[in-house]
Amino acid sequence: MTRLLAIAWKELIQLRRDRPTLAMMVMLPIMQLLLFGWAIDTDVRHIPTTVLDFDRTAASRELAHSLEATGSCDVIGAVHDPAELSRALRSGAARVGLVIPARYAEHLAHGHPVTVQLVVDGSDPQSVSSATTAAGGLIAQRALALVMGTAALREPPLSLEATTWYNPDLRSAVNIVPGLVGIILTMTMVMLTAMAIARERERGTLEQLVVSPIKRWELILGKILPFVVIGYVQMTLILTVGRLAFDVPVVGSLALLYALAFGFIAANLAIGLFFSTIARTQQQAMQMTFFFILPNMLLSGFMFPRDGMPRPAQRLSEILPLTHFLRIIRGIALRGAGFDDLRGELGKLAVILCVLVVLSSLRFRKNLS
Amino acid sequence: MDADPDLVVQTEHLGRRFGKLEAVRDVSFSVRRGEIFGILGPNGAGKSTTIRMLCGLLVPTSGRGTVAGFDIAREPELVKTRIGYMTQRFSLYEDLTVQENLHFYAGLYGLSGRRRRDRVGTVLERNGLTGRAAQLSGTLSGGWKQRVALACAMLHEPPLVFLDEPTAGVDPVSRRTFWDEIHRLASDGTTVIVTTHYMDEAERCHRLAFVFRGALLDLGTPAEILQRRGLRVAETVAESRAMLEVLRADPRVEEVAPFGARLRVTTRAAHDPAAVIREAQARSGAPHADVTEVRADLEDAFVSMVRDDARTA
Repeated sequence: MTRLLAIAWKELIQLRRDRPTLAMMVMLPIMQLLLFGWAIDTDVRHIPTTVLDFDRTAASRELAHSLEATGSCDVIGAVHDPAELSRALRSGAARVGLVIPARYAEHLAHGHPVTVQLVVDGSDPQSVSSATTAAGGLIAQRALALVMGTAALREPPLSLEATTWYNPDLRSAVNIVPGLVGIILTMTMVMLTAMAIARERERGTLEQLVVSPIKRWELILGKILPFVVIGYVQMTLILTVGRLAFDVPVVGSLALLYALAFGFIAANLAIGLFFSTIARTQQQAMQMTFFFILPNMLLSGFMFPRDGMPRPAQRLSEILPLTHFLRIIRGIALRGAGFDDLRGELGKLAVILCVLVVLSSLRFRKNLS
Repeated sequence: MDADPDLVVQTEHLGRRFGKLEAVRDVSFSVRRGEIFGILGPNGAGKSTTIRMLCGLLVPTSGRGTVAGFDIAREPELVKTRIGYMTQRFSLYEDLTVQENLHFYAGLYGLSGRRRRDRVGTVLERNGLTGRAAQLSGTLSGGWKQRVALACAMLHEPPLVFLDEPTAGVDPVSRRTFWDEIHRLASDGTTVIVTTHYMDEAERCHRLAFVFRGALLDLGTPAEILQRRGLRVAETVAESRAMLEVLRADPRVEEVAPFGARLRVTTRAAHDPAAVIREAQARSGAPHADVTEVRADLEDAFVSMVRDDARTA
């Protein structure tokens, strides 16, 4: 115990003296939180739109205005022929083109079917899909009104009443703040552990440790215990700033969240330990961390919904601790999930943790001698 | 193996292979309590491998050894509690102060509470470090770092301390001071095993082991080793290329080495190196210069041993 505490104490002093790293560990979560929270909004609005109106009537102008009124599209101007439309899209001046056919108003008035065309720039699928959805909704609504007008019905025969739970305003921040806890913890825990051991190797102090009577588990635990504390500090920081700046509450039990986070932090420390047995220098440790962080960002469900991913990618993401932690933290923080709701995720996280601990301690032992 | 309590280190036919490479072979020696035992040899000779085996870091692939009464293969963890170890690069944490380093290493060796404070205080005082206790280790000069490193290795009062090239990159005055400290430790009963490249340091050891290509070439006190080699050395100031050629071709000559303006000629004891030089002067037509016989030193012995080994190999 004396030896374990000696290591942990030394690690804390070194951390305290290393001002840039310390600052990074506090600033990184806050910067990321502000960036992701404010700048990133997956709900795309105000897409620049141009109109090619062959009809030029009050009705056709009204249709363009209605599209703008949905908030998804901003009409930035009008074009006069198809060539001009394709130029506008190619140059990026407009991402959406609304094409209203000739005799639009006349056909509508006589009850003839009319097709309005929407040309979208598919090079950024996410942004244009919101334009398609908005325009589709608008036209469907119009069509229904026309049909109902002729049938003289007062109410639509079938309607949908969508109720959104947990995040009724569909704010992105609500999804992103808990996710950031996972990303930041992954990044700092893995990097700190990998670098702390690579640093001892680089400076030759590891040899001095190995000749001392310290046991391997004492060395490993003593080194990573301070990082567990840092992990919890970061988590608290993100949740607090998320609450104050973005009004993202923790609905469920905070105690349960903190308890379950331990398994996730431990899994990341084990990964860091594993990297440290491969990296000879701190720089390599850093590169490995970034290599590891990328699939975590992309596959875990932090940025993109996992439901849309192909099967192999989904399976791959199951082995990332972050994937399971995201479900746990979003469950607890946003939906008020309890222990029983999360049992499945916990089980998987526990399996991953066990495998990682065994793997990294085996490698660590081999590597020291 | 006898259980002579005075033999702090005992090895019998110790060997270590790394795959096909035989890094150390058939090394047998023993070290008495309070002895300063030097291990000499060029880089890659097997010095570090030998020391790593003795520290319990590396399991020998053949032979056996005991350190401080414990078997190095079976009880490496017990060996570790009984030894101090100072690496070549004085592995201090540069971002910790002198005192923090000492506290850390004391904790590493299981000292806690009052005993830790007492030992740190004693060691600081004994090594004249009290005034520098609060200084960051990274800002110390080489000589001071080395003192702190030695202090760290001695915190838990080990009966045996390993010093792996402890004076590499340290100025001559600090080296002297350091060796005074080593002698003081030894006279207090601590056994010191030290590796070095410096022959003046080798002369300050009680006994020496010459290691080359993984094998023990010779073992004994500096005087014994010199006597066994039976070398004689003479020096002259003349520097003529023709004379150098003549000397190099002479079968009686073990070695010819220029040292600045001097030429150092080594022969076996059966020959008189001064006479050999005069002959060479005459034969090459070089001007007559003063020739003086000087004492052979360990470096001469070492070079000649390595040459012999290369010839037989």
